Amino acid sequence: MSTEKTKYFQHHFVDPDQQYESSKLGMWAFLVTEVLTFAGFFCAYAIFRAWNPDMFINAHKALDVVMGGTNTVVLITSSLTMALAIRYIQINNSRAALINLVLTLIFAGTFLVIKYFEYEHKFHCGHLPGALYNPHIAPDCVAIEGNNPHVFFSIYFMMTGLHGIHVIAGMALIVWLIIRTIKGHFTPAYYTPVEMVGLFWHLVDLIWIFLFPLLYLIG
Amino acid sequence: MREYLEKNYLNEETTIKSWLLTLDHKRIGLMYLFAIMFFFAIGGFLALFIRLELLTPIGGDILDKDTYNVFYTLHGAIMIFMFIIPSVPAAMGNLILPVMLGTKDVAFPRLNLASWYVYVVGSSIGIFSIVSGGVDTGWTFYTPYSSSTDTAVISMTFAVLVLGFSSIFTGINFIVTVHKMRAPGITWFKMPLFIWSLYATALIQILATPVIAVTMLLLIMERTFQVGIFDPAMGGDPVLFQHFFWFYSHPAVYIMILPGMGIISEIISVFSKKKIFGYKFIAGSSMAIALFGFLVWGHHMFTAESEFAALVFSIITYLTALPSGVKIFNWLATLYKGKISFEAPMLYAINFLLLFAIGGLTGIFLGTLSVDVMLHDTYFVVAHFHYVMMGGTVIAFLGGLHYWWPKIWGRMYSEKWARVSAILIFFGFNLTFIPQFIMGSLGMPRRYWQYDGMLNTELFHFYHTLSTVGSWMIALSFIIMLIYLVHSIKNGKVAGSNPWGALTLEWQTPSPTPAHNFLEEPKITHGPYAYDEVEAERTID
Repeated sequence: MSTEKTKYFQHHFVDPDQQYESSKLGMWAFLVTEVLTFAGFFCAYAIFRAWNPDMFINAHKALDVVMGGTNTVVLITSSLTMALAIRYIQINNSRAALINLVLTLIFAGTFLVIKYFEYEHKFHCGHLPGALYNPHIAPDCVAIEGNNPHVFFSIYFMMTGLHGIHVIAGMALIVWLIIRTIKGHFTPAYYTPVEMVGLFWHLVDLIWIFLFPLLYLIG
Repeated sequence: MREYLEKNYLNEETTIKSWLLTLDHKRIGLMYLFAIMFFFAIGGFLALFIRLELLTPIGGDILDKDTYNVFYTLHGAIMIFMFIIPSVPAAMGNLILPVMLGTKDVAFPRLNLASWYVYVVGSSIGIFSIVSGGVDTGWTFYTPYSSSTDTAVISMTFAVLVLGFSSIFTGINFIVTVHKMRAPGITWFKMPLFIWSLYATALIQILATPVIAVTMLLLIMERTFQVGIFDPAMGGDPVLFQHFFWFYSHPAVYIMILPGMGIISEIISVFSKKKIFGYKFIAGSSMAIALFGFLVWGHHMFTAESEFAALVFSIITYLTALPSGVKIFNWLATLYKGKISFEAPMLYAINFLLLFAIGGLTGIFLGTLSVDVMLHDTYFVVAHFHYVMMGGTVIAFLGGLHYWWPKIWGRMYSEKWARVSAILIFFGFNLTFIPQFIMGSLGMPRRYWQYDGMLNTELFHFYHTLSTVGSWMIALSFIIMLIYLVHSIKNGKVAGSNPWGALTLEWQTPSPTPAHNFLEEPKITHGPYAYDEVEAERTID
């Protein structure tokens, strides 16, 4: 980041470098709070899996590994395009940056569409959280044995649901970046928002990388 | 500078809009101050009603039993989530931290304003839960009762969740400001100790608060969908709720006390005109307390966990006494051979030393497993945490309020009435809570609405009467304080830039502070406590 003062320089900072460094540290601090938010769910996951190991293994068979695996590839690719967008801004190629931002948005949308079909199947089979759990006997639905299978789906829906909300928030931020990129706000001297949203997006990706094996690949 | 700065942050702009959309950390701090004092008053009234009900052994004097449950729940929830947690960091910290660091503002002024609005929204949801019937679970919201009672648990826990975000925003702002915005010359070990304590607090705020957010979210889910995480009837674990809750709420105790300790470090050095003793140890002990705070949550649930776990938590609990002891002894060593003067802020600091020491020492009884079996859920616990929270944090907050009042408004309050109020609060406080220690050790259970027909009813009646009279003394001293403080805003004697002859940066700029904190770039020529090297002129006589 250069020391050139753009119109986005805020005057309570000494120089643009201090502003950039502050934004970055603030974003990392925020990401720490995000990690700890999910940590509560991961902790609950660990405890209930330790209590009901067999039920977890049975219940996870209701999840679709192909869809989950596809989504993992989609999200990792979106992280790549996000990183490329930052790189292209740094070398002053805002057209290429724009293309990569749009690609990131498309991948995020794809993730949600696939997620929708997964959720839809769970609703169809009655594999729902807590009191809503009401499994149907149907050829395309897995029968789950073991204690309290509704707890597995509580955890599944809450964790992937909160993650999904983060994907939607990320998409809103990426749309904001796309508009600002079209307006030509970002230059090699000022691209802080792109980098900060990028950090957020990588975290969203990273959380999914933990969720996928813990929910889909056990047993 | 002995004058009143005519054009300052208070009157630079005067429209309502200029306040509601302000990005100035001092104005945001002041708006926080008014908001938290409003909730402090509500919480205080609830406490007075609770004490009044306990004046006689029979229940139903003024409150029926369900209302009593609602009142003590709201007293706890309001005082903790809406008053104490934001009191020193969000109100005092916002007013003072950037000035102490010689910078124009916090790193993210808009986030700072957002934090105030989020606080207001969260508090409004809290008020909504009060008017829609209140909550009767106790401020700890333990499951399974909280997941089955038909009171307004969802709105109250949602309020706590929202208030948590406001706390996180302040924490992020302070961490970044301390790391990146210090004026040239203020190295880490030249920062005032108040900043160190706010920094340690901010670390806890961002590391612990997300966990309460998740806990409240899970509780809301439990009530809405019976997800089976906390409710044993659905295969959940109520003890897990306690673990989650205290994983935040124990560190939160340090969110409450650490900034108060920072204020005490400032006041004791200034009013002894002596270099603070063991600067690095006090700074380091703040960080140590922040760390230990995360390791002792299990001591709130000795009777709900395995003996081995209780043993480990008990040992770590003892360890937390070390950094607190380091602070107390360093403060005492600072006083030793100092040129002590007993103005109101110093009276509060001395109040703090006495009351916090009692609060800390009685914590040792509760941290001892065999003793805790007898004392837990009695008035001994109630007295202990009031000595720490009110005798510690609230007293330190009042000390800070009196110490920085001339900086905030540019005028002095009546020193005579301030001393009267400080002394009255000391006696009122002890009269309220010492009897509670005795009652607790005799077996008076906490949260009881009546105590008729017990083995010790007559004794309990005597001690409850003392305690209730004490609560009136505290109320009286707050009324006096309200009058002389409000009176001083317009009519007080002009304070000048440095009424106490202090050396930290906020006193090197005129009072009230100019809109951008300093009229010229502040120069750092000496450390914050270099009373052995320089003498600052006092701007009042």
